[in-house]
Amino acid sequence: MKILVCISKAPDTTSKIAFTNNNSAFDENGVQYIVNPYDEWYALVRALEIKEYIGADITIITVGPAADEAIMRKALAIGADEAVRIDAEPSDAYFVASAIATYAKEKGFDLVLTGKETINYNGSQIGGMIAEGIDAPFVSIASKLDVSGNTLTLEREIAGGVEVVEVSLPAVISCAKGMAEQRIPNMRGIMAARTKPLEVISPASNEQLTSYVSFASPQAKSSVKLINANDMDELVSLLHNEAKVI
Amino acid sequence: MGNIVYINANNQLGKAAFEVVTYAHKLGGSVTVLATGTLSTSDLALLGSYGANEIIINRSISGNDDKQIAAWIATRVQGAENIIFSNDFNGKAIAPRLSVRLKAGLVAGAVSLPEPDGSIKVNVFSGKAFGYVKVNTAQRIISLLPNSIAPETTGAPCSVQEVQEPGADSGIKVITVKKPEGTIPLPEAELVVSAGRGLKGPENWGMIETLANSLGAATACSRPVADIGWRPHHEHVGQTGVAIRPNLYIAVGISGAIQHLAGVNGSKVIVVVNTDPEAPFFKAADYGVVGDAFEVIPRLTEAINKFKTSH
Repeated sequence: MKILVCISKAPDTTSKIAFTNNNSAFDENGVQYIVNPYDEWYALVRALEIKEYIGADITIITVGPAADEAIMRKALAIGADEAVRIDAEPSDAYFVASAIATYAKEKGFDLVLTGKETINYNGSQIGGMIAEGIDAPFVSIASKLDVSGNTLTLEREIAGGVEVVEVSLPAVISCAKGMAEQRIPNMRGIMAARTKPLEVISPASNEQLTSYVSFASPQAKSSVKLINANDMDELVSLLHNEAKVI
Repeated sequence: MGNIVYINANNQLGKAAFEVVTYAHKLGGSVTVLATGTLSTSDLALLGSYGANEIIINRSISGNDDKQIAAWIATRVQGAENIIFSNDFNGKAIAPRLSVRLKAGLVAGAVSLPEPDGSIKVNVFSGKAFGYVKVNTAQRIISLLPNSIAPETTGAPCSVQEVQEPGADSGIKVITVKKPEGTIPLPEAELVVSAGRGLKGPENWGMIETLANSLGAATACSRPVADIGWRPHHEHVGQTGVAIRPNLYIAVGISGAIQHLAGVNGSKVIVVVNTDPEAPFFKAADYGVVGDAFEVIPRLTEAINKFKTSH
């Protein structure tokens, strides 16, 4: 089975979120990048578990500049077999998904996994766009994935319940909490990652459908109003009369 | 110019449906609702009150099959300027597909109406910043983050046209739908009571559930609590769990790590109950109670019950 896991870089959660160039770009100064947690903890680790149970070749793919090879090596250290970097700035979801879909179509993967969203742009778009691009079924925000032969059984939360669905391969799945648990790379994995193949290719097209005009930071929250622990009637009254939420 | 709104009409219409129709109405121009599902025409007609001019429901497609639904919508959007979805699990699957199919730019997770320059505000960096997204194509797809604008009634119910337009088979087979036992689904909840390690053990969750019942709220928890198995994974809110934006979020015994805040900072009002006055969560809270949850929560439940009987 050939599995393609789409990974993206994301700033470490403790990073300061600031903007530069007249608020038109994310300020990368001093920012430590990690593998986007949804891509790593759920999509990649589930792919590794499938590899351990039934055997699979796992390719990770990212669209980004050469600096992203650091996070790609980490994904290889956790256990992916090979890596592909599409050498371009990932500035538009359609652009990123088209580049990956073109590669996936050419190489013929059985299963394409993405995280449910990135923690920096939160768009949740790439999986559905790749699925449309390669004309495959897509199950979004799945929390469980089992493989049996050519069939996947998945669970996902829908309005008012959990839907259990079956799809035939090839398929695209976006992965959420519940599917797998985080793994820490060991020393052997880190050593092995240094020599695993990392291919660099160019995007097939440069077409972009959207762009970010600017960014802004949210207004600072006014300071907390403390309420006496013995006076919960006061809290209820504030929630009703002032905050108007009950 | 015109606006198309997609509604998944398999269940009773909720607030999210009224929000997207209100949003489309406020964009200006006509509003056509494209719906799929089994809901009655009289229930659907209600969307007219929020600004829909025309409602078309396709009875041949039920369920949540994104490929089928996207393919059908694509046949009916010629000339439309905006195509609007709720950014729920359906919108997140259908809108990206439609964007590729129509080559129309997608603004994912819009939180307000367009700015004068045509860009639309979205949440980025898990709620720690905003971005303004511009679409470079004539047709624009917008998925609206739930709870971003207030639904407004403007007119009367409108007519509903039923059509039978079968979609292509997409290869997804629904085996079953497991219904949770009488709880309110977290992403849709307007009120949420959440607790963390400060509760000391899973046996102490009774008072959280009692408070949630009194309020009509959903229950949630922090990541450590889900990881050690005190509570189910689907209750975990935070960066790597579910991100929610209820009207009221009550956090009990949760310190407020940055990863937790990333999942709840879209809440309109945050109440924090913690024994530690230095807990970082107080900095993100609107109301704070420094005290022992085991005393404060029963007292709060009692105050809520008293309030409910007098209102």
